[in-house]
Amino acid sequence: MIIDVQGLRKSYGTVEALRGVDFSVPEGKVLGVLGPNGAGKTTAVRILTTLLEPSGGRATVCGFDVVRQAAAVRRVIGLAGQATAITPDLTGFENLEMAGRLYHLGKKTSRVRTTQLLERFDLTDAAKRPAKTYSGGMLRRLDLAASLIGRPRVLFLDEPTTGLDPVGRLGMWAIIRELVTQGTTLLLTTQYLDEADELADEIVVIDHGLVIASGTSEELKDRIGGDVIEFAVTDRSTLKAAIEAVAALGEAEPTVDSQAGRVQVHAGGEGSELLVEAVRCLDAAGVATTGLGLRRPSLDDVFLSLTGHAAEQEEGTYGASADGQTRPGRRARRGRS
Amino acid sequence: MTAAGAVLGDAPSGGPGSIAGASPSLWQQARWAVEDSLVITKRSLIVWFRVPSYIFFTVVQPVMFTLLFRYVFGGAIEVPVPGGYVNWLIPGIIAQTAGFASFSTAIGMSRELQRGGIDRIKSMPTARSAFLTGRLTADVLRLLITTLVMIGVGYLVGFRFTGTVAGAIGMVVLAELLGVAVCCVSAHIGLAVKDEESVQAFGLIWVFPLTFVSSAFVPISTMPSWLQGFAKHQPFTVVINALRILALGRSVEQAVGQTLGSALWQSLAWIAATLIVFIPLATRAYKRA
Repeated sequence: MIIDVQGLRKSYGTVEALRGVDFSVPEGKVLGVLGPNGAGKTTAVRILTTLLEPSGGRATVCGFDVVRQAAAVRRVIGLAGQATAITPDLTGFENLEMAGRLYHLGKKTSRVRTTQLLERFDLTDAAKRPAKTYSGGMLRRLDLAASLIGRPRVLFLDEPTTGLDPVGRLGMWAIIRELVTQGTTLLLTTQYLDEADELADEIVVIDHGLVIASGTSEELKDRIGGDVIEFAVTDRSTLKAAIEAVAALGEAEPTVDSQAGRVQVHAGGEGSELLVEAVRCLDAAGVATTGLGLRRPSLDDVFLSLTGHAAEQEEGTYGASADGQTRPGRRARRGRS
Repeated sequence: MTAAGAVLGDAPSGGPGSIAGASPSLWQQARWAVEDSLVITKRSLIVWFRVPSYIFFTVVQPVMFTLLFRYVFGGAIEVPVPGGYVNWLIPGIIAQTAGFASFSTAIGMSRELQRGGIDRIKSMPTARSAFLTGRLTADVLRLLITTLVMIGVGYLVGFRFTGTVAGAIGMVVLAELLGVAVCCVSAHIGLAVKDEESVQAFGLIWVFPLTFVSSAFVPISTMPSWLQGFAKHQPFTVVINALRILALGRSVEQAVGQTLGSALWQSLAWIAATLIVFIPLATRAYKRA
């Protein structure tokens, strides 16, 4: 295992950020660490990148203990995230070159690597501009490039697309996928389920400092059973009738986003038959719909069934999501991905 | 598990037990410590040269103080040194500049910490000491430039070195040493307080009484007697006395109220004590940050 974490704990005073976390990542694989804000994801990454000492348990990266062999760990890892490590007043070139120097690549190699990385990350044209003039997506790419300057075997990406627009997100995803094909082992934290779904080989779901589920995205989806029937009503006033019409089809109450007029029915197993049934019921009730379709359960659904709250809900902030809906903005993103 | 052939090629696998066991030779480490510091120093200086407001804060502000005191307050202040108030003022202003130079150290540290820049550097094989020594080196180089500008401005408004050349050089060196000490204190504050706004609001207040309740601008004998005790013996006054004697010659010892020997000895003792206390504190704050 390239990353091996056993019983990892971290407490700040009486607050327990991690309460005994286990996971491991084999060489060349991508682990998605998924969880809402404050779940403990960043704490785990900070421990694995030697920035923070754990209160208990142990963790190794490439066989090196993150506490006792921190210096060795630092030589094999890269850390990137929300572009925080970029110096805004330095140019893209200077930022990368400096990272190379601090990685002990030497002057010449730093320059060569910088030029290569700028090219590969599509930043050559902006290389001589101060980083503060970069767009959000460009900054993330620069930050990622800086973390790759020393050719790390293991890369930690802490919420690499948080706050990016959809285009920026897709750009980052493409780059991350390319990295993985080149054999880099990756640990990616995210609060976006579609991101973990898209990029990760294995997923661990963390909530309140504990791993509450782990497995491949498919395995996690299987845990909540059947497919999901999804549609939106064309006329908002027919929403209630629509819900009543399909209520009997699902295993549980349909989830409803009344603002968007969207309804989801979690069907037990036999999706396609239920879909036909749903069309019939809705037709009989005289409800016109758009986008009626069947999909595999998303990680949203998984998260909801595991934790009882939506994944991106910042605790206490979106109290209105008791009906199980995530934020509308997120829905829009998935449509494009 | 093989060591990271793909990364550096020369990283030996760590022996169990110690960080040092996993590390390259001491010589290599020492070389990296110096090189890494210089990379950080260079970065810090590039940013300084590139951002006009930073230059303004570090250079233009002390020049304004000089002009204000020279022309607005100076006429009202009687001083017992040859050449009049401007000769009294410039060594004092130079010490004050060293004190204020630490603002950018503290604010820079906390800003970097909040942005996450320190995290990146700490997750890299970069020498642990490089961030602090690199920033401090940059701050001291900045202070040197500022000090030389101040002397130039001083000359334009009538200041003259009346001592020896060695004394003039000694003054610049001592001012830099003072700067190192003050910047160490500020580095610790910036790293320990962490929040940039708190640092700006409270972290630097201590500099004001030290620079103003000193012999920098007025003879201490003009202050109320309850203040004189503090003013006379606090470190800035001692350093300023030494700076003044170095700049103007030993003939002003009596006017300054201290001999060169005693002022220098006390100055160096204060500076050394400050460094002994605050270098470990700042280092610890950096490790914890």
